[in-house]
Amino acid sequence: MRSWSRRQALKAGAGATAAVLALPQALRAVPAEVAAEIAKFTGGKAFSEGLITIDVPEIAENGNTVPLSIAVDSPMTANDYIAELRVLADGNPRPGIASFRFTPQCGRAEAATRIRLAGSQTLSAVAKTSDGRVFLARKQVKVTIGGCGG
Amino acid sequence: MAEKPRIKMPKEAKRGEIIQIKTLVAHVMESGQRKDQSGNTIPRKIINTFVCSFNGAPVFACDLETSIAANPYLQFAVRVEQSGVFAFRWVDDDGTFITAEENIVVS
Repeated sequence: MRSWSRRQALKAGAGATAAVLALPQALRAVPAEVAAEIAKFTGGKAFSEGLITIDVPEIAENGNTVPLSIAVDSPMTANDYIAELRVLADGNPRPGIASFRFTPQCGRAEAATRIRLAGSQTLSAVAKTSDGRVFLARKQVKVTIGGCGG
Repeated sequence: MAEKPRIKMPKEAKRGEIIQIKTLVAHVMESGQRKDQSGNTIPRKIINTFVCSFNGAPVFACDLETSIAANPYLQFAVRVEQSGVFAFRWVDDDGTFITAEENIVVS
């Protein structure tokens, strides 16, 4: 009963400051949307696993701000670098979180940010190399108090 | 006007060193999911793009979406080969920019 725990959380004073209505389950992104985004990113190409490390707390106490750090193993030379890294979430209102565009001058393909998570869900990260190879990694996050305005 | 973005990076580095750049910009990142007291949806207004350039050439960029937390924090790496100026730009949904610059001396 996800909506009950959100109401409890709001009563406890946590979460968004404005009056907020609980987000109906139907408005959440679903794994199928994430799969569609991945297919769009890979162009239908088969992806490999590996290379990507997703660093996110196993349990996020506050869904309004969850630290996320992703690194992709790559020499980052002019001939072999990570061109793009896309992060997706299967339990937020929309599947897209961010896309990072690297150049060889980055030296390392890594980025960190803070994200909102509406509830416990799985993050997916897809990376594309300069020569068109694609990689995928996933990580589950448990969220104690959701933070997408719902 | 909003407060200045905060940039944390070294002022000096050795040639070929990979430095970490940490950026923080004040922004509500209104997702478009919340409703106000009357039940009206608060319209979306976020920073949707960040670009870091060095001596005029883009080095790192990202497209941000509504799931990025308020006051977006972005950290990334750059290998520095020469002295110069880093330029940072955040683009709001309404087309306005927030910009900042930092110098680095590379020896």
